[in-house]
Amino acid sequence: MSGMLGRKVGMTSIFDARGNNLPCTVIEVGPNVVVQVKQSDGRDGYDAVQLGFLPAKPRRTTKAMRGHFAAAGASPQRVVREFHWSDAAPEPGDEVRVEDVFAVGEMISVAGVSKGKGFQGVVRRHGFRGVNDRTHGQHNRQRAPGSIGQSSDPSRVYKGMRMGGQMGNRRVTVRNLDVAAIYPEHNLLLVRGAVPGARKGVVSLLKQS
Amino acid sequence: MSKDLMNIVEATQFRSTDLPAFVPGDTVAVHVRVVEGQKQRIQIFQGVVISIRGGGARKTFMVRKISGGVGVERVFPYHSPSIARVEVKRRGRVRRAKLYYLRKLRGKASRIKERQREAK
Repeated sequence: MSGMLGRKVGMTSIFDARGNNLPCTVIEVGPNVVVQVKQSDGRDGYDAVQLGFLPAKPRRTTKAMRGHFAAAGASPQRVVREFHWSDAAPEPGDEVRVEDVFAVGEMISVAGVSKGKGFQGVVRRHGFRGVNDRTHGQHNRQRAPGSIGQSSDPSRVYKGMRMGGQMGNRRVTVRNLDVAAIYPEHNLLLVRGAVPGARKGVVSLLKQS
Repeated sequence: MSKDLMNIVEATQFRSTDLPAFVPGDTVAVHVRVVEGQKQRIQIFQGVVISIRGGGARKTFMVRKISGGVGVERVFPYHSPSIARVEVKRRGRVRRAKLYYLRKLRGKASRIKERQREAK
């Protein structure tokens, strides 16, 4: 399995064997259930496994999805996402646990939806410095972006020009996080460093090749 | 629910033997394990506890001492395995939880009265 689904629990710190205090994010990982298996020699044409996480109420699951879960012999799941698999082909209905996929000391990537910051100006969103002066002829331009381009040539603003806009609430991946600890009996995994999103936010944990 | 999960993780970090009870104002000697190359030795940091903050696995306390005429403050994670033990040298009577005002005082002015009754 190339990854798993989890839920951010919070941050704390733990001590390593040498007494160092490591900042860690606690993630509740799985158990995930295999909802569908796609194979390159089958009708899907590529290898993937669909994992489900967190129980959903059947009443709130669409009939189409209920049928999809029933086909795998699984109960309705709140989040369904696709991952790659390499070695052994998983079976629909299989349970996937943290300790089967990850090991302490391994480097992983964690992806999630970052906390939304709303519409932010250029100073907060892109780290522009603003004008920094209230005097010397400046008037209400302290957080303005400055020039956004040239003059009659090219007579337009280049695409990708950094301006104000929605910040956060987008998928962010953090790579090269150390797996600091795993508690299989509680489905918990600790990663050194921070992870995108709010507490209780769903995150994907991805193995790095 | 997630509160419980945090507690499970933090509980694994707690030190097995409790440090003696101390409160801000007390003078303590902290025995710190110091690793130098292959060897390990114990270093003692003695001073006044001027703050205790945080909870669970992240609880820390700050010890202040005057070393060579210079104030030195060190923050210790309460549950750190590097702390071999803590000796309480003197109980101090103070009226606040954070003794940051001691930074502005030196010599006689920075003395703390000994506490006669036990703190609650």
